Amino acid sequence: MYTVERNEIINTIKDMFIDSAYNLNNKLVNKFERAEKLETNKLGKSILRKIIENQVIAKTENIPLCQDTGVAVIFLEIGRQLIFSYDLEKAINTGVRKAYMDGYLRKSIVQHPLNRINTLDNTPAIIHYNYIPGKNLNIHIAPKGGGSENMSRLKMLSPSEGEEGIINFVLETIKLAGGKACPPLIVGVGIGGNFEKVALLAKQAIFRKINDSSKSLIDRNLEEKLLKKINQLDIGPMGLGGLTTALAVKVNSYPCHIASLPVAVNLQCHSARKKEVTLVGKKINNSN
Amino acid sequence: MEKKLTTPINDSTRETLIAGQEVLISGYIYTARDAAHKLLVDAINKKEKTPFDIKDQIVYYVGPTPARPNQVIGACGPTSSYRMDKFSPTLMENGLKIMIGKGPRSDAFTKSLVENEAVYLIAIGGLGAKLSKTVIENTKIAYNHLESEAIHRLKVINFPAIVAIDSKGNSIFK
Ligand code: SF4
Repeated sequence: MYTVERNEIINTIKDMFIDSAYNLNNKLVNKFERAEKLETNKLGKSILRKIIENQVIAKTENIPLCQDTGVAVIFLEIGRQLIFSYDLEKAINTGVRKAYMDGYLRKSIVQHPLNRINTLDNTPAIIHYNYIPGKNLNIHIAPKGGGSENMSRLKMLSPSEGEEGIINFVLETIKLAGGKACPPLIVGVGIGGNFEKVALLAKQAIFRKINDSSKSLIDRNLEEKLLKKINQLDIGPMGLGGLTTALAVKVNSYPCHIASLPVAVNLQCHSARKKEVTLVGKKINNSN
Repeated sequence: MEKKLTTPINDSTRETLIAGQEVLISGYIYTARDAAHKLLVDAINKKEKTPFDIKDQIVYYVGPTPARPNQVIGACGPTSSYRMDKFSPTLMENGLKIMIGKGPRSDAFTKSLVENEAVYLIAIGGLGAKLSKTVIENTKIAYNHLESEAIHRLKVINFPAIVAIDSKGNSIFK
């Protein structure tokens, strides 16, 4: 059997959250640069330029990209040969706590939705677990801001509404969000599954690599159609008009009930902070 | 060209601001988000003194990240304004004249804004690092227990914003 040491997990999670709050992924920055060249709206172009400048300042002067350093969202892919002799969830929350305390990040989590008392260390994180073959632990993290999350939506469509129903719902969601979700956006769309599964699909969609497209032909076609239509809405950077409303659309689908057509849209703002790391399990002897 | 504004901003300057215009603000502004708004409005309703005199002032909707020891402030971009729609009319009726946030406002907000000849500005969301460079002084003045939502008085130089709804009610939001 194999394991990953508790301290290694804590330190990795800590480093990932701090790093993501200060350093935007290069491929995403390239996308902004390309969009800035193509943008015809004057204000939109100037906002894109400022977004590019902002990430340079963040990186070089050690200031977080955005003051909303989010709720800590984590997807774990756990190799089936791994065993943990400690509480994995606690270790992860310790890593999150250290990141937000030591990394000068904002603590934005309240204990209860109605008492609104801040937990003061940004825990608990929201953690999703999956199993994969092998002995590696893949960790995907994102500090997810409230602005774009608040504008995300879910609807149980009737199967007869089909692709058109999905497209209309996505476009309606983006219009309702306007500048509030801090566009340009990465749009995660989940279709199928059931009520809770479809929300998860949409979230997993925004965790995908910025330049990939779906392996499913149906989903890939939908991604292309949606991106084109979204960028015709003239919402633009920060909702002030322009060609650049979305940088990417990601569609993730799953089989569903004969009576259902669930759809969920999870919006990711331009401060799309994300990281992934693979930890390799170390062999442990089973002598005891 | 951006129009330069220095606080306190008098009535006649404020009335010349037109929706869509870019401005650069220098001087003092006060931070307040959801929780601080609730306390400010509660204080006014109870006829208590507010922690700062809101008359003719500028309120910026922001909850910054903590500053490092060598920094004045952490990242400090705007938060969404619509969550303050419920509270803003009471503040405007008591003299608040300029609010800075991001995104559109409700019709009720705009109605109150016109009645009180106030102005709504937006800053660009997600530019926390860049905007922090315009802050040269940062003093916590009230509601310490609200942590990142406490009220701070900031001194800014050339803080960039866009006039989103002017005092006549013209708006850049479609
Ligand atoms: S939506 Fe994103 S960019 Fe905008 S304030 Fe929130 S975290 Fe920052």
